[in-house]
Amino acid sequence: METIIFKASIDTENRIMTDNYEIREAIDKETISAVKSVGETYKYGFSTDIETEYAPLGLNEDIVRLISKKNNEPKWMLDWRLKAYNRWKKLKQPDWALLKIPEINFQNQYYYARPANMKEKPKSLEEVDPKLLETYSKLGIPLTEQKKLAGVIEENAESGSTDRKVAVDAVFDSVSVGTTFKEELKSAGVIFCSISEAIKEYPDLVKKYLGSVVPISDNFFACLNAAVFSDGSFVYIPKGVRCPMELSTYFRINAENTGQFERTLIIADDNSYVSYLEGCTAPQRDESQLHAAVVELVILDEAEIKYSTVQNWFPGDENGVGGIYNFVTKRADCRGTKSKVMWTQVETGSAITWKYPSCVLKGDNSSGEFYSIAITNNMQQADTGTKMIHLGKNTNSRIVSKGISAGKAQNTYRGLVQIGGRSKNSRNFTQCDSLLIGNKCGAHTVPYIEVNNSSARAEHEATTSRVDEDQLFYCMQRGIGEEDAIALIVNGFCKEVLQSLPMEFAMEAQKLVAISLEGSVG
Amino acid sequence: MLKIDNLKVSLEEEEKQIIKGLSLSINPGEFHAIMGPNGSGKSTLSSVLAGKDGYTVDSGSVTFEGRNLLEAEVEERAALGIFMAFQYPIEIPGVGNMNFLRTALNSQRKTRGQEELNAADFLKLVRAIAKDLEISDEMMKRPVNVGASGGEKKRNEILQMCLLEPKFVILDETDSGLDVDAMKLVSKGVNNFSSSSRSFLVITHYQRLLNYIVPDFVHILVDGRIVDTGDKDLALHVEETGYKDFL
Repeated sequence: METIIFKASIDTENRIMTDNYEIREAIDKETISAVKSVGETYKYGFSTDIETEYAPLGLNEDIVRLISKKNNEPKWMLDWRLKAYNRWKKLKQPDWALLKIPEINFQNQYYYARPANMKEKPKSLEEVDPKLLETYSKLGIPLTEQKKLAGVIEENAESGSTDRKVAVDAVFDSVSVGTTFKEELKSAGVIFCSISEAIKEYPDLVKKYLGSVVPISDNFFACLNAAVFSDGSFVYIPKGVRCPMELSTYFRINAENTGQFERTLIIADDNSYVSYLEGCTAPQRDESQLHAAVVELVILDEAEIKYSTVQNWFPGDENGVGGIYNFVTKRADCRGTKSKVMWTQVETGSAITWKYPSCVLKGDNSSGEFYSIAITNNMQQADTGTKMIHLGKNTNSRIVSKGISAGKAQNTYRGLVQIGGRSKNSRNFTQCDSLLIGNKCGAHTVPYIEVNNSSARAEHEATTSRVDEDQLFYCMQRGIGEEDAIALIVNGFCKEVLQSLPMEFAMEAQKLVAISLEGSVG
Repeated sequence: MLKIDNLKVSLEEEEKQIIKGLSLSINPGEFHAIMGPNGSGKSTLSSVLAGKDGYTVDSGSVTFEGRNLLEAEVEERAALGIFMAFQYPIEIPGVGNMNFLRTALNSQRKTRGQEELNAADFLKLVRAIAKDLEISDEMMKRPVNVGASGGEKKRNEILQMCLLEPKFVILDETDSGLDVDAMKLVSKGVNNFSSSSRSFLVITHYQRLLNYIVPDFVHILVDGRIVDTGDKDLALHVEETGYKDFL
């Protein structure tokens, strides 16, 4: 839906229209100036010079024990990890995706790294190393409670519509650095902390739900994560509570030759609601690094989780050197009746992306939505999509995927829609659009649809198009420069997905879309 | 204002010369019409003036207000004040009309070193123009040219023209696909926009449009050359006898 309402009308109405317009205007201006001002493509490529403590190189049972010990975990947690590790040893890395993955030597990297002065987790934000605070503020994530997350437009603050607080949990390499607004959230009954803290302080909740959505041996990378995950975020929204602010986790990989394995667990109890944002960046390095995360969402009766990701890991350089291998398992379990989940992802980074945020629609009348923009430029590869597993009656799912390929990149949408025999009157709608820029890239769409009862309905629409010369010429004849014209056309192509993001992220994402396609023509 | 001197242009892909020595001088305030049969080079001429890829200038020159136009980028030409109303306006899915118009206007202003127009002034300006051209609110809310009829698309071109306030306008077969009512609206838009400092180059197959937009000069283009120049009566003559007299 267009935010601009164009109507000649009375004064008050005009005022409203102008306000709406200001918002849009700010976004558009931001997009264009971002394209212009950014000299190099990846602006988060700096590294923080901080003394880092590593676990010994490689992976074995002792490393698993060490990680558990570093986090002062109870025995049940260590046992869980060891079970995962022993299972993982027997698993094989999946090879069914349309990806060329260089052989990964799992014994030649570090599984745990933390800033040396983080032996004791800082009790408050005041105790956090200023170098770390500086890193986050450079990334636009101020770890103070006075400021808002970067990207909130100042001029719009007056209207109050975006003057919202965002609580941040910042994860630096293997540890959580700090969590903001904890007290304020606590008074609303919301638990928001690092998962290592939750294991100690809320063991009953963690025991009950950890691994209940993504089991230990779900897949190779999830199993590895279960064995070695070091930190991540934990959220519990109690019955009937609408979380008073947006929650977010910002993941930063800093240490060299180190994998990041974080684990996120979010539980929305009956009739609750939370919107959660996730951002990620890493320094520019010649060595590839592994990121294998697991995100589990549990949604009970009539609860709703909105989970948004802007993934901007270092994508490698234009020759494909370096970059993050992003192998992530994300799954939402809609256990309750009328429960709802919405995944929105903007994937612009990583050398390789292997990621399928999924929805298991167990509860009757539950619904799952997946909105995705995946941009690949230069030598990037992405195989991403979703799974919608319909088990309950009258369940609904919607998939909108926009893949954009430029340079020599390969971009695949892979999706499964499965409607079970008892899932009567269930519906799915899938739309997959691919946009090609230039003639050396590829776009692929691999939809799997399995419907096991006759009352269900699944629809699939797919298109592939390119940014054509005529569209560019038309924009340019109206005075718009080539890079701005591409940003405009691509943002138009992604519009449906951008609109499903929270305001703060929408702006960030729109800029990112423009930046990641810089230099893709001409 | 615009001076074309012995211009020769070939298609880039097949070495085929389309414009074979064309000279034309247009002063401020003048309406010129170019008529010609299919394949005579009319569209090539407008594309070359606007700076579209795919053509090679073999020889000759084009100057606009003393500046070598052929060296300028497409968007620079636009900022200099050259506007082309497309024969087939392009659809841009997902990009709202207002967003597009505003981006275009402010890009041009920026290139010219002018300040960007604020949202309120911009809205006021667009509304007034849209009203004159009978363009509905609903149409303005749509993505650029998506789902628009032929007539709506052409009116949208005129709206863009009025907003961007160019000095020199190329109307490339703007009459194609228009019914009488739409043609009247479009012509009214063009006539209201005309001034002593603006010039127009109207490219058309038919004389019909020239009843509404009355040219000062009519040029007959055949096989890449201007073979005759006259006033509006020349267009009437062509309408009656066809192009056979010029072949």
